[in-house]
Amino acid sequence: MNFVRLSLVVAAKDLRSELRTKEALNASLSFALVILLLFSFAFDPSSEQIAEFSGGLLWITFAFAGALILNRSFSRELANDCLDVLVASPVSGAALFFGKALANYALLVAVEIVCLPVFGVFYGVRWTRQFWWLMLVILLASWVMTVMGTMFSALTVNLRLRELMLPTLIYPMLIPALMAAMQLTTLILAGSPVAGDDLIWLRLLTGLAIIFTSLALGLVEIVLVR
Amino acid sequence: MRERVLYALGVAAALLLARNLYVILLVLPDEAEQGAIYRIIYFHLPAWFTCFAAFLAAGAASAGYLARNDSRYDALAVAATEVGLAFCTIGMVTGSIWARNQWGIWWTWDPRLTWALITTLVYGGYLMLRRAIEDPNERAKNTAVLSIFAFTSVVITYKAIDWWRTQHPGPVLSFRTGGGKIDPAMESMIYVNWAPFLMLAVVFVVVRMRQELARRELDALRRFAHAM
Repeated sequence: MNFVRLSLVVAAKDLRSELRTKEALNASLSFALVILLLFSFAFDPSSEQIAEFSGGLLWITFAFAGALILNRSFSRELANDCLDVLVASPVSGAALFFGKALANYALLVAVEIVCLPVFGVFYGVRWTRQFWWLMLVILLASWVMTVMGTMFSALTVNLRLRELMLPTLIYPMLIPALMAAMQLTTLILAGSPVAGDDLIWLRLLTGLAIIFTSLALGLVEIVLVR
Repeated sequence: MRERVLYALGVAAALLLARNLYVILLVLPDEAEQGAIYRIIYFHLPAWFTCFAAFLAAGAASAGYLARNDSRYDALAVAATEVGLAFCTIGMVTGSIWARNQWGIWWTWDPRLTWALITTLVYGGYLMLRRAIEDPNERAKNTAVLSIFAFTSVVITYKAIDWWRTQHPGPVLSFRTGGGKIDPAMESMIYVNWAPFLMLAVVFVVVRMRQELARRELDALRRFAHAM
């Protein structure tokens, strides 16, 4: 109970400071829109084929935009040695991590929810046909992305090259989750529910979410305490 | 004494490899469908086995470092990772040569191959992260955590041929299929050739591990000299 309460306190703190400055949120959102715009030059957005790679487009946009949010997660605490204070506070490393992950998750999902209709309008994709399946995939895959991203944000926070190292490290680790999300999203955007052979992607996403969350919660204390 | 054991292991590996080459090239017959090119499996599979074993050792050493805080574990982790990456490259290259002959292409984006590439990139990232962190203790600690995460991609690579219908051939070894997919003489040769690969890997890992420990000591001495 204490763990949940402390996590929520950390999450609320992060969200509050983010909503006051809107630094990461604005950057991430405008970056996502720019990428969506750029893709329209790479492919013909009005073609029939767009349905075949719509899942890929969407998740690459989310992954790029997400990295901006995740990068800020721990580096925000560097100024005035806030990170040291947080580590020294009675909040356990796991609760601190979980709180930060919750805040990042909320921000990431918010950016994604805003991007979806824009994507639908720009590329003529009807994304509401299997709405709840799409939400399930987005929520699951975003959680995997958040957990990995927050963990690696903690790993790289003290590096000079962290803006570069974080994407280099997380994108390969995220490919399994992104690949599953892309396959499922393409399927869902084509209007079919997830069934039969494709359930393996959903199982993979769930498995990754469980494995990465427990690994991160178990190991983050070691990373944070120096 | 230790030196001698290492040399002996290396020489034994070389002799065994030479003997195996003779058996593979001259004694064992061609495969019915693929012809002579199938022989690459005697190098492809042992290379990947060795690579996975090395990454497993790296993961275990990383966990050991986190538990014991002993820099020897860290040295073992980096040594095993580097050697693992070398064998991973052998696996990729031999696989590509076989694919070129059998499929007409060097590479295809099927789950097994893609995941093998992901594993390579993840462990490449591990080595990059090592270079980026200057403080030795923080470097050891953070990369140990990364190594444990990275091992999940090894597991997925290993299981990929069970989970997806891949262009990469499915499992043939009897401990995965229950037998009947491959001639016993051919199968046992895969294991017989794995032995020298493993022996070589052990020699490389020990040599590299010593280097890493010596480097650490040098760094410490240099820092001490600066402080004087």
